[in-house]
Amino acid sequence: MLEIKNLHASVDGKAILKGLDLSIGAGEVHALMGPNGSGKSTLAYVMTGRDGYRVTEGEIVYKGRDLLAMSPEERAGEGLFLAFQYPVEIPGVPNTTFLKESLNAVRKYRGEEVLDAMQFVKLARRRMKELGVSEDLLKRPLNVGFSGGEKKRNEVLQMAVLEPTLAVLDETDSGLDIDALKAVADGVNALRSPERSTLIITHYQRLLDYIVPDKVHVLAGGRIVRSGDKELARELEKTGYAAFTGEAA
Amino acid sequence: MAVSSETLETVRSVTGGEYKYGFVTDIESDFAPRGLNEDIVRFISAKKEEPDWLLQWRLKAYRFWTGLEHEEPKWSKVQHPPIDFQDAYYYAAPKEAKDGPKSLDEVDPELLRTYEKLGIPLREQEVLAGVAVDAVFDSISVATTYKEKLAELGIVFCPFSEAVKEHPDLVQKYLGSVVPYSDNFYATLNSAVFSDGSFVYIPPGVRCPMELSTYFRINAANTGQFERTLIIADRDSYVSYLEGCTAPMRDENQLHAAVVELVTHDNAEIKYATIQNWYPGDKDGKGGIYNFVTKRGACRGRNSKISWTQVETGSAITWKYPSVILQGDNSIGEFYSVAVTNNYQQADTGTKMIHIGKNTKSRIISKGISAGHGQNTYRGLVRMLGKAEGARNYTQCDSLLIGDRCGAHTVPYIECKNRSAIVEHEATTSKISEDQLFYCRQRGLGEEDAVALVVNGFCREVLQQLPMEFAVEAQKLVGISLEGSVG
Repeated sequence: MLEIKNLHASVDGKAILKGLDLSIGAGEVHALMGPNGSGKSTLAYVMTGRDGYRVTEGEIVYKGRDLLAMSPEERAGEGLFLAFQYPVEIPGVPNTTFLKESLNAVRKYRGEEVLDAMQFVKLARRRMKELGVSEDLLKRPLNVGFSGGEKKRNEVLQMAVLEPTLAVLDETDSGLDIDALKAVADGVNALRSPERSTLIITHYQRLLDYIVPDKVHVLAGGRIVRSGDKELARELEKTGYAAFTGEAA
Repeated sequence: MAVSSETLETVRSVTGGEYKYGFVTDIESDFAPRGLNEDIVRFISAKKEEPDWLLQWRLKAYRFWTGLEHEEPKWSKVQHPPIDFQDAYYYAAPKEAKDGPKSLDEVDPELLRTYEKLGIPLREQEVLAGVAVDAVFDSISVATTYKEKLAELGIVFCPFSEAVKEHPDLVQKYLGSVVPYSDNFYATLNSAVFSDGSFVYIPPGVRCPMELSTYFRINAANTGQFERTLIIADRDSYVSYLEGCTAPMRDENQLHAAVVELVTHDNAEIKYATIQNWYPGDKDGKGGIYNFVTKRGACRGRNSKISWTQVETGSAITWKYPSVILQGDNSIGEFYSVAVTNNYQQADTGTKMIHIGKNTKSRIISKGISAGHGQNTYRGLVRMLGKAEGARNYTQCDSLLIGDRCGAHTVPYIECKNRSAIVEHEATTSKISEDQLFYCRQRGLGEEDAVALVVNGFCREVLQQLPMEFAVEAQKLVGISLEGSVG
């Protein structure tokens, strides 16, 4: 599904990723953990093609194709989805409009027929029910005045509607109370399937109690310094990252 | 229907650039000879078989205008080379059978196809959309749909020139009563040479059951378009009116100086919406329409209401201030505006709300979007006169900038002569953020679709004021006019 080889990337001329290797197979859930400033979000933005994140070396192959050669919207069309750490507010654009435009843009890219308003509402309602998201969320302007929990749930709703093949969750757990955390985890778990892969970026092991990963990686100093199974996350919780940052240096 | 340059050369050689009474009929359009003088004014009036009082009114305006020479308004922020008013045609009509079309069947099929390209299939609209359309092509009204149906209710909706013939009393009573011929340079010019436009009269107690709509198009080269629209809502009546405008691409700048007058009597309401998409010039600022328009409404009656909504995406220069004079007690004036300037477009637009009556209210919502080298100015006046007890105004001016070469300017004037009146003004300026665009693109939207989505969100409050089918159209238009503004 995803092969990242020797990835070097910089932001504003400052090297952040320094030779990152990561391989995620179809249907797998990986967790990427690491201290602040280790390059976790940078990786998410490099993968999704954000301006200002320059790849200086290495490659990313996604579904057998050169991911870095694609525009952000092409990557989305190819099934790459990022649940943002800080979902962006767009005043005046109803959540439902945004979701419908997104879905139809992605469907168009895939050569599928676009959904009309009725078909879309039906689909959105079904997903909302599955995720326990209140319908009122759809009518409000995108993320405007949403609580932290609502924003994160809305990201998961978008994910459920867009049905990506590779989802990257960037600190989706940060700032959530335990109920919201569970709801988000349920949403992600419901989407688990043999064709769909997930990369969960997080500081804490907490979310991994609810979404059990196949593999856990520790990112420090711009590289993966250690990989293991879910036990690695528990170990980290006890020892902290200090040992790893030392390792990286 | 486009007039080829050879044809224009023919016209030039025939007329020699000077007035020789007569006009050329062996081409696709009837032109008045190039230039402007008293004889041209007489020519236009004669061509339209107008009564003497109207000719005299035109001449009064023309003489006043000659006294104003080089007195074009200079106070706005727009800049353009001086306009040579003698280097334009003031009358151009698509060639027609002498008596004009009696029904759509008699309209030149070429012309109807042009309208279809513009997205206003008259035939279909008549059947499907429930919108009555008066289509003005260059200077004359081509067809007015739905007229008979409206006539049953006593509603008059017809080309201005026809109203002059069939409802002279109404025209004479109201023409120039809101925008006098001496009002301003361009309105005065319009008063002298106006060619056609729409006329609407809604009788007492009648609620017009459908949207009335006019479609303007400048087709012939070097032609100024000077339409004149007059809408009267008698007491207890209601009408919603929409005008759309386009012009083909031309290298030269073309002048469009329209005048619109609205009058509401007791308890009457007029909603007037404009979707203006005149040719804006190319990306280097060459060509495009100079849209210098005077629009004003008078709430003469108690509890009456006038609401302007405009979506201004076209024209090289837009200079217009749809205003409301709030005479009647408890009357309400509204102005909802979206103005988009991309490339080298300039817009200086806003409104005037003149509060005269007691408890009069006004609301101004202006959304300016600047991209490329576009310059966008909101200019507005809120005036509370001494007797405007309890009058209220709320103004909100929001500017959105795309890129770093464009400009947004807000120039509000507030004059308050009554202690009990309340005036509120809010303004914001923001840039379209990279965060927003990236978020949209990550969800699969192309860059231009992302811009269109964010901008439409910004304009939503205004676009919501438009009738449903036009709101969708306007949304698309806003997106299209910003193409090429990012990346």
